[in-house]
Amino acid sequence: MSKPLILALSKGRILKETLPLLADAGIVPAEDLDKSRKLLFDTNLPDVKFVVIRATDVPTYVQLGAADIGVAGKDVLMEHGAKGLYEPLDLNISRCRLMTAGIMGGAPRHARRRVATKFVNIARRYYASQGIQAEVIKLYGAMELAPLMNLADEIVDIVDTGNTLRANGMEPRELITEISTRLVVNKASMTMQHERITPLVERLREAVNKRRSET
Amino acid sequence: MTIADRWLLPDGMDEVLPPQALRMESLRRALLDLYDCWGYDLVVPPPVEFLDSLLTGTGTDLELQTFKLTDQLTGRMMGASADVTPQVARMDAHSLRRDGPVRLCYCAHVLRAQADEYQGGRSPVQVGLELFGHAGLEADIEILRLALSSLTVAGAEDIHLALGHIGIYRALAEEAGLDENDELALFEAVERKNLSDVDALVAQFVSDSALAAMLCHLPRLHGGHDVLARAREVFAAAPASVADALSQLLAIQGSISEIFPHVSLYFDLAELRGYQYHTGMVFAAYVPGYGQALAKGGRYDDTGRAFGRPRPATGCSMDLKMLASLAEQEPPCDGIWAPAREDVALRMRVGELRAAGERVVQALPGQSTNAAAHRCDRELVEVAGQWQVVALGVQ
Repeated sequence: MSKPLILALSKGRILKETLPLLADAGIVPAEDLDKSRKLLFDTNLPDVKFVVIRATDVPTYVQLGAADIGVAGKDVLMEHGAKGLYEPLDLNISRCRLMTAGIMGGAPRHARRRVATKFVNIARRYYASQGIQAEVIKLYGAMELAPLMNLADEIVDIVDTGNTLRANGMEPRELITEISTRLVVNKASMTMQHERITPLVERLREAVNKRRSET
Repeated sequence: MTIADRWLLPDGMDEVLPPQALRMESLRRALLDLYDCWGYDLVVPPPVEFLDSLLTGTGTDLELQTFKLTDQLTGRMMGASADVTPQVARMDAHSLRRDGPVRLCYCAHVLRAQADEYQGGRSPVQVGLELFGHAGLEADIEILRLALSSLTVAGAEDIHLALGHIGIYRALAEEAGLDENDELALFEAVERKNLSDVDALVAQFVSDSALAAMLCHLPRLHGGHDVLARAREVFAAAPASVADALSQLLAIQGSISEIFPHVSLYFDLAELRGYQYHTGMVFAAYVPGYGQALAKGGRYDDTGRAFGRPRPATGCSMDLKMLASLAEQEPPCDGIWAPAREDVALRMRVGELRAAGERVVQALPGQSTNAAAHRCDRELVEVAGQWQVVALGVQ
């Protein structure tokens, strides 16, 4: 039998919203992903396997061909660069916005604006495109704390409802981009496995469109 | 300086050890012999050139890939070659100045400032072919045949060839008359096959509904043999150059599937790799187990213009290190072990055997005689005053 198709799925909230789409497209994991400590899973299809990894690792797996197909947020893909990947389908799940935010009514305190974020590449590109000289500080979590502790003037982060921001006395400011979860495909895999990948992408596309028309 | 600093190699710079180095060298010879049989003349490009000539007409991708240094004789910027093709194009346009078709081949170390193609690292060994001075399909097919033969020589069995044509997108984008920013946005969406973005951008930028439909279809036109037939229908009303590109691909398909019936063909009409310099057919060859293409190439007419002589050109390039990893067979164990003896007859016998092309390893005084570790399957033994070659371990 030929080598199985490997799908790299992003852990967490994206995974929960991806599985129903995959189920509509006819692929379900052979066991409950939540109850297992495994990382590589069989599915109901003998030639399809899942790996469940951190979202930020998905573009790397797919770019290097360790996985044929990946599911990752647009934010992760933009930050990674995701050079040489196909991005054929917007799964239209885990929608949110990537925004700048700061202390409510607060003006920048540093002459060279300080920005705390885990999206350093996106932040650098965004502020440069706005003509603003920014000093980007890489943090791994709790961005909202940085302006409060005078570590930064602004943050760049994912904003869903904005409740965390408001609870910390902050306000969302500029929209950088709308984010949703995307399907990505390795170029070599697409060339060699198009007879398996193209129908799979189309089944997922139908599942996405069906959901979109229902809402 | 810690001890680690002394042996640590920079990222992506690798050394090649036995037996891989021998495999690489054998393959290099086999490939250059193959190209010689087809009439390709070998050229050796300089490892470093002035940046201006290295980067002419190649676009920004190559600029980011090029290590730069200052020439202390002239104060000018120099670059370490990151891609041999522009150097060979300069040789054809400026140094050789021959008329008619010119066939050149090369095998050279190149340096890459960024390891974006991970399997090649930052120090690949680029081996390739360029055919200048012929604009016809026959030249493209010759290059394709040699690229596929190269992979076969290297031991690839299951080859997948992806074919595209830059002229299709170029003609449609020109027809749409987009400004630079809009074109770039559309280009990126098409390149990533991001269908929803393509649809949205086309709806926003292109008012002609027939042209809009064609642009939206372009990233959907990829797959097996049916793609060209589908494309004929989709592009029925397209500019003549699109129909011409499709006929070229059809002819290539006929020729390659006849000569290489075992190679799987894949068509991708939205393949835009090398858009900045490619002008016609583009291809990439893949082998299972490799996340990147093993051979890449296509037509890049006009590159010589910057050197004073525009010429039609088509070619391909490969990374010898990656090719040599295709067939991991052990090197042959066929040497002859000679004892550590100071003996005139022995020395002469060893000399004769070496002159006949045998691999003779002579032990050094005090060396334990583990002949097999030195890839020897025979040994020299003295029988009645005569040095004779016998199978290892017979004595």
